[in-house]
Amino acid sequence: MSQSNLNYIKKDLPTSLQKIGFLLIGIGVIGGAGAFLLNAEQAAFNYLLGFMFLMSIGVGALFLISLEYVAGADWSTPLRRVIEFTASITPFLIILAIPILLNMHTLFHWSHTEVVESDKILKEKAPYLNQTFFFIRVAIVFALWTLFYFLLTRNSRKQDISKDQNLTRVNIRLSAVFIPLFAITASIASIDWMMSLEPHWFSTIFGVYFFSGSVLSALAVITYATVKLREGGYLHPRMVKDHYYSLGSLLFVFVNFWGYIAFSQYMLIWYANLPEETFWFLARWQGSWIYISLALIFVHFIVPYSILLSQPAKMDAKKLKFASLWILFAHLLDLYWLILPTFKGESTLLNFVLGLSFPVAAVGGIILLFYFNSKKTNMVPVGDPKLERGLNFRL
Amino acid sequence: MEQNKKVFGIAALYDSPNAIIKAAKTVTDKGYKNFDVHSPYPVHGMDKAMKLPPSKLGFVTLAFGLSGAAIALLFMYWTMTIDYPMIIGGKPFFSLPAFIPVTFELTVLLATLSTVIGMVTFFFYFPNNSHPIHDTNYMKSVSIDKFGLCIEADDEKFNEEEINKLFTDLGAIKIEKIFFPDKLNVKILEPKFIGLLLIVAAFVSVSTYLHLNKVLYLVPFNWMMDQGRLDVQSSSELFGDKFGMRNPVKGTVARGFMPYEYQGVNEPTSPLSNPYLPTKENLSLGEKKYNSFCSPCHGNLGDGDSRLRGQFPLPPSLHSSKSRDWLDGNLYHVIVNGQNVMPSYSSQLSREERWAIVNYIRVLQRAKNASEADIQEIKKEPVTNVSE
Ligand code: HEC
Repeated sequence: MSQSNLNYIKKDLPTSLQKIGFLLIGIGVIGGAGAFLLNAEQAAFNYLLGFMFLMSIGVGALFLISLEYVAGADWSTPLRRVIEFTASITPFLIILAIPILLNMHTLFHWSHTEVVESDKILKEKAPYLNQTFFFIRVAIVFALWTLFYFLLTRNSRKQDISKDQNLTRVNIRLSAVFIPLFAITASIASIDWMMSLEPHWFSTIFGVYFFSGSVLSALAVITYATVKLREGGYLHPRMVKDHYYSLGSLLFVFVNFWGYIAFSQYMLIWYANLPEETFWFLARWQGSWIYISLALIFVHFIVPYSILLSQPAKMDAKKLKFASLWILFAHLLDLYWLILPTFKGESTLLNFVLGLSFPVAAVGGIILLFYFNSKKTNMVPVGDPKLERGLNFRL
Repeated sequence: MEQNKKVFGIAALYDSPNAIIKAAKTVTDKGYKNFDVHSPYPVHGMDKAMKLPPSKLGFVTLAFGLSGAAIALLFMYWTMTIDYPMIIGGKPFFSLPAFIPVTFELTVLLATLSTVIGMVTFFFYFPNNSHPIHDTNYMKSVSIDKFGLCIEADDEKFNEEEINKLFTDLGAIKIEKIFFPDKLNVKILEPKFIGLLLIVAAFVSVSTYLHLNKVLYLVPFNWMMDQGRLDVQSSSELFGDKFGMRNPVKGTVARGFMPYEYQGVNEPTSPLSNPYLPTKENLSLGEKKYNSFCSPCHGNLGDGDSRLRGQFPLPPSLHSSKSRDWLDGNLYHVIVNGQNVMPSYSSQLSREERWAIVNYIRVLQRAKNASEADIQEIKKEPVTNVSE
């Protein structure tokens, strides 16, 4: 154990990263403010998109941390800090949610009590879809995520100094509690923030759909960051292609999983052909939306699938970086496709471009999180008892 | 005895995965090519230690997976759109989403089967299922808790002493010489084995037959025949007279049926008036029906010149003053009721058809007894329907 620790020399990330991060956030904030001034309604939807982008990545990473503990995986231990940095989005979600909560009535049709009164279906759904309960759910869900984020990462960081093996055991227990809670909270979050945009619509697989995209995009960020950081010499030098291969395989698996779930959702609705379900897909099949629907099949499934299919590709640093960025773009497209059709107003090119400032700010935010986290924490969990085995991991 | 046997190779046993990785690496670096490693479970890092190139098996999987997809899609395309097009759930004949699950399954099926079969034939040299290291102590150990490495005798650098020394230097806990068996027999073709296969096949067939046809036999689905209603001509306890078949309630009128007031009466007291105007369609209907039903006895023109050659009493001419003076209702009455030997035509002719015939008889009557005025009238009109 001590031998491997010697090889890791902590290196701070370059300050240029901080500049890039702030620059992107600056562009995002200015563009976002412009978007709100120009067309507040559309901006609210675009903001939600940026928010969901961050949420899915953060909570996906949090899930991956607990998965490592529960499964007793050691290959991912050398890069667990990268996962933890990615998951550090979660505590900020509650603050980032405030603009959405302020724009409640613009985004969520069901939040208008007078509309619900005259709508039979919404009236039936009102015990769940009402503002008070919504706020309670948001509070509980974010509180749980934040709590588990702090518990898991605090123990992990403590271990760097104390080398206390017992902390791993504690984290395994915490993870075992978190995973079922995650299943419920992630479903609730996906239903609340995205499915309820069309309050008449329902799909029982929607939570799983969100989960697949969430873990996939988290993996994409983690893979990109791991490869980049390893190349820059910020991670342990004994991390090799075999670790890349595992990341590549997981990316590949979740690309497949997303395709499987997305198709399952589509096929059941298409086959049953019930008007109360099909209208959601019809809205995405009209006008220029049809191109995005079709593009999604290629961008989100066929292209990353083909890139990652062969074994050498899953270990190739260049291909992995490309595939990760591609998948992040695909995830944005997916969120765009999920959220924006509900916005029925007129859009101009300027509005569209300004809408992009929210994802830009999100990317800047992730970069800054990495920068600041790396300053106070080791980028390798040097005290983890599984680290040595993890570094020795070979196919 | 050992001297006559041909040497297959020399095998060494090691205690730990680390030792075997080290051994494999050294043996590879020394330039040995024909050797193999045996371990109770997959040892991570072995491929690299042995410098194995990536397996080609993946290409077999890919090729068969893609053919699975193609076969499934083409097959469903052919059955569902060409051979037996059938509308299901109002979807188009070729509806891709419905075909995806089958395509997916067949892709996976062919990909996995071809991988296993490809592995067994290309890498394990099927049907050869025997190998010299089977039934050795070496094999026993590496199937339990030891890790083994065996250098084969056909390797270019094979030299017993050198190898023994190398193995010992690498910390082997036991070294064993492995020989080819006396005669190489392909056990799969042994009569005993084939006999066993036949017995298994017979047993499976018989027991399947007995299970499906005797033990688990289900009566074919015929519950649609069990219905609560009464069958024709059957009795019923429900009614006092035990008749299952009931008369309709008195005065019931069938849908679309117009009852005739003078049914069964000789002379209508006040004959009905004709509700149909002699329009062109009505008359051509009347002509058609008259020619089919009335003309055999009454003649094409109503002269009473029957075509029945005396087999039936000749009817009177329809141009008698009696018939001509009759009201339409009287003619109608004869069609419905019949008259003496003439039978009723109420079951063959609908109400509209009967009145159409009456109208047509009026045409025949007027044509046969045309007045001067009628002739002048006809002459005035241009003749259109005479061919030249
Ligand atoms: C099977 C042969 C036969 C056919 C077919 C037949 N009739 Fe008659 N019809 C007779 C005979 C015979 C009489 C004379 C009955 C009697 O003795 O009063 C008669 C009498 C009549 C009379 C009364 C004539 C009179 O002067 O008393 C009328 C009107 C008449 N038929 C119309 C029809 C019409 C209309 C049809 C076609 C629907 C028809 N018949 C078909 C045999 C036939």
